[in-house]
Amino acid sequence: MSNPHTNYFQLFALPERFNIDIQSLEVNYRKIQSASHPDRFVSASTAEKLHSMQLATTANEGYNTLKNPATRAKYLLEQRGINAISDTNTAMPADFLVQQMEWREHLEEAKVAKDLPTLESLVIQLQAEAKSIQTELADLLDTKKNDIAATEATRKLIFIDKVCADARQAIEQLE
Amino acid sequence: MAYSDKVLDHYENPRNVGSLDKNDPNVGTGMVGAPACGDVMKLMIKVNDDGIIEDAKFKTYGCGSAIASSSLVTEWLKGRTIEEAYAIKNSEIAEELALPPVKIHCSVLAEDAIKAAVADIKAKQAAKVSI
Repeated sequence: MSNPHTNYFQLFALPERFNIDIQSLEVNYRKIQSASHPDRFVSASTAEKLHSMQLATTANEGYNTLKNPATRAKYLLEQRGINAISDTNTAMPADFLVQQMEWREHLEEAKVAKDLPTLESLVIQLQAEAKSIQTELADLLDTKKNDIAATEATRKLIFIDKVCADARQAIEQLE
Repeated sequence: MAYSDKVLDHYENPRNVGSLDKNDPNVGTGMVGAPACGDVMKLMIKVNDDGIIEDAKFKTYGCGSAIASSSLVTEWLKGRTIEEAYAIKNSEIAEELALPPVKIHCSVLAEDAIKAAVADIKAKQAAKVSI
């Protein structure tokens, strides 16, 4: 659960946008981690210990949220009052769902056939697809501020990441 | 989290898995997806001239509850009119399968798939009339 009082972008001194400097995120995250390390608070008061622990936890959550493009887009939309993955919204563009079904079918068949090259090419294809949606998201969220189109793109990216993760898992199980 | 016996039954022996001829004018297809869990569901219904569903098939990639929800609705749909099908509520599916609160969205997915399939067959029928 994200802490509603902390804005992760502010926490890591980043502009609130999709295209962020990942290196700055890493650097600022490590700064907070080392500043809030328990070793520094051995002789501190209970309140200080608690505060540093909370900060470290929030920083972990924030880092993981912003590091991943799909969760970063979802978080940005949340800041704009939009829940991209609401349970009651199951409508997706038909062509995307057909594509999604095909990827799932390929994955399933390749898994059963223990076909490593097909699984690997599927992962490459999905990564390319994810990359192009990320480019689109940067344009929609940062430049055009088209939150409706960005919500759809975010939903697509979450789907693609899921198939990709499942394909990677299938590869690991074969190796 | 433990699945109910009914979910396990449908998950282990899913009914009516497969597809129908999507180009058949009497076949309606509904496709829906839930990004929260990456589930994708395809439901196909074959409707006769009296508006009664003769056959239903599904293909679902997702968790046990999503598979069970779609398997269950294919059983329910056969013999019903498309209006009756359209009236099926996700709460009935969730109740029948004893889905826990975190899995209610799987029944929402199944309800939406029925509605999408019915909308598709109605659109096809309307197109047929206008020709």
